[in-house]
Amino acid sequence: MKKAYVKPKTLKEAHFHYCPGCGHGIINRLLMEVIDEMGLREKAICVAPAGCGMLLYNYFDIDTLESAHGRGAAVATGIKRVRPDNLVFSYQGDGDLAAIGTAEGFHAANRGEPISIIFVNNGVYGMTGGQMAPTTLKQQVTTTTPLGRNPILAGHPVRICEVFSMLDGTSYLERVAVNKPAAVIKTKKAIKKAFQCQLDGKGFSLVEILSPCPTNWKMGTIEACRWIDEVMAKQFPIGVVKEIS
Amino acid sequence: MKGTISIDQERCKGCELCIEFCPNKVIYLSDKLNAKGYFVAAFDDGKECTGCATCAVICPDVAIEVMKS
Amino acid sequence: MKKLMSGNAALGEAAVLSGCTCYFGYPITPQNELTEYMAKRMGELGRVFIQSESEIAAINMVLGASVAGARAMTSSSSPGMSLKQEGISYLAADELPAVIVDMVRGGPGMGNISPAQSDYLQATRGGGHGDYKTIVLAPGSVQELTDVVPLAFDLADKYRNPVVILGDGMLGQMMEPVSFDDIKPPKEYPKDYILTGAKGRPARMVRSLLFDTKEEEEHNWKLVRKYQRMESSEVRYETYLTDDAEMIVVAYGIGARIVRGAIKRLRQENLKVGMIRPITVWPFPAAAIQEMAKTVHDFFVFEMCAGQMIEDVRLALAGKGHIHFYGRPGGIIPTPIELYRIIARHYYTAARRKK
Repeated sequence: MKKAYVKPKTLKEAHFHYCPGCGHGIINRLLMEVIDEMGLREKAICVAPAGCGMLLYNYFDIDTLESAHGRGAAVATGIKRVRPDNLVFSYQGDGDLAAIGTAEGFHAANRGEPISIIFVNNGVYGMTGGQMAPTTLKQQVTTTTPLGRNPILAGHPVRICEVFSMLDGTSYLERVAVNKPAAVIKTKKAIKKAFQCQLDGKGFSLVEILSPCPTNWKMGTIEACRWIDEVMAKQFPIGVVKEIS
Repeated sequence: MKGTISIDQERCKGCELCIEFCPNKVIYLSDKLNAKGYFVAAFDDGKECTGCATCAVICPDVAIEVMKS
Repeated sequence: MKKLMSGNAALGEAAVLSGCTCYFGYPITPQNELTEYMAKRMGELGRVFIQSESEIAAINMVLGASVAGARAMTSSSSPGMSLKQEGISYLAADELPAVIVDMVRGGPGMGNISPAQSDYLQATRGGGHGDYKTIVLAPGSVQELTDVVPLAFDLADKYRNPVVILGDGMLGQMMEPVSFDDIKPPKEYPKDYILTGAKGRPARMVRSLLFDTKEEEEHNWKLVRKYQRMESSEVRYETYLTDDAEMIVVAYGIGARIVRGAIKRLRQENLKVGMIRPITVWPFPAAAIQEMAKTVHDFFVFEMCAGQMIEDVRLALAGKGHIHFYGRPGGIIPTPIELYRIIARHYYTAARRKK
């Protein structure tokens, strides 16, 4: 018997703090798998957000910096400009990137900063208890849209990949999901392509990952995975949104 | 038996995704509690595991190690 | 060799000579000349220049550049400085060096673009969250503006802490002959904390989230010990005709220059007025003022605002002596004659009270 699957070397031993069935855990693991497979452990610098994903520095055995909420893209810009040969990626949630950090993300993309953004879209603010996020769907119930998100009062769910695709500085934008094995494998490929895009100096890359949040969606873990395909993916179509060769 | 898996009892949170997506349904939710108070998943070695690692791919807590002959 | 330059441009050149390799700025009067100067100069030298989308982005780019090991600087004016406060708190918490220039203008709110000193408390107390301090240097001339730049970078590296240069619109935009001859090439400081990719060493983690309250408390006391070291060894001030003074003016920056003009006139009429000019407004020269209070009863605080530094003077004197105050907020630039008349009146009323 040979080991067919083991924990990636660059993933530390610490147990994940994420809720059962949370997509962050899968994404964290995929990132370290990609970093191991591409041999990037000694070049990688990760900017952690504020939000559920912020404790990644307890799990990633690479250089990490925790940025203020929403400022990851600007911090990553500063790092990359000083250290162009490093692999610099900013891990951000939907509140971090699409709400408070919109300007920073938008302009890093517009400047074509050769950084990668791992954008975890789980439709709510997880860490703070399930409030509406910019990606909360219409009529979706959250703790701050108790009667369902009414677009007239609370706006529409924002499609970051499509918005950023309008910016000439962006080179690779893909939306994937981690709600089933096949999707997880595609997500891993997308992350690899984003990192390769950065290493090849082709400009700005962002991978938007639809991620289940059973606790705050008030669903079972399997139901949450299904909900992504049946409901969420309608608003956030899976696929490559932009790819400059 | 072409493959087998070992589940880290303390990492598992009983989210059942591995159970849901295992093609041969070789994993079940045991009635054993871990230190965090989760019922942990368990491998039914009576069933045929192919070592395809689908369970490990979908596991959010990196709790599954897969062996394959 | 002297050159005629605006304060903003001179500051930019001093930063370049001090080894600043990254500058991030956003347009705001009255400091645009600095951003523009850096755009040209940093470009010529192949160094990093970004005009960011906001002052918030700029301060966070500084944080990124600093954690990657570079000497980084940003500059703004009052409203922009307000936007940078969160970033400054994170720089202090993460113990990262940085130089932040604030050319103060009339406020609050949109205010105007005239010089003022109404951001004293924001700069010296810190407008961000948490127990943190920044050394705040308050130059009083274009030459001194260039002198404090290398000092600011060295203090930032020495203490691994953000340093604020507190100027004002006039200092930034007026032109004076200035020399850069005294700026020495930057020293090497240990950079064992920066992020370069975990090659040949364990991974590093720079963060300020400390869930464990004991850890957070210890982190706070560690920072407090650092600030105490700053307070004991980084105070800088200048005195002017204080030896025989009956009344001592306390003023800084461009305000102090106006006071100098007033004191010349007062002295012609044999009014014994002197001045102490803080160059670091944090740490504040409290001990020097306490020393003066042993022999002098009357202190006259002059500020181009409604009165903020007066609080530090009051704290320093702790009830001793008598504090006179004259302030002109809103971007008004009082003339030396105006000050001469006001100080003289306070001087005579104080003299009568002593009889």
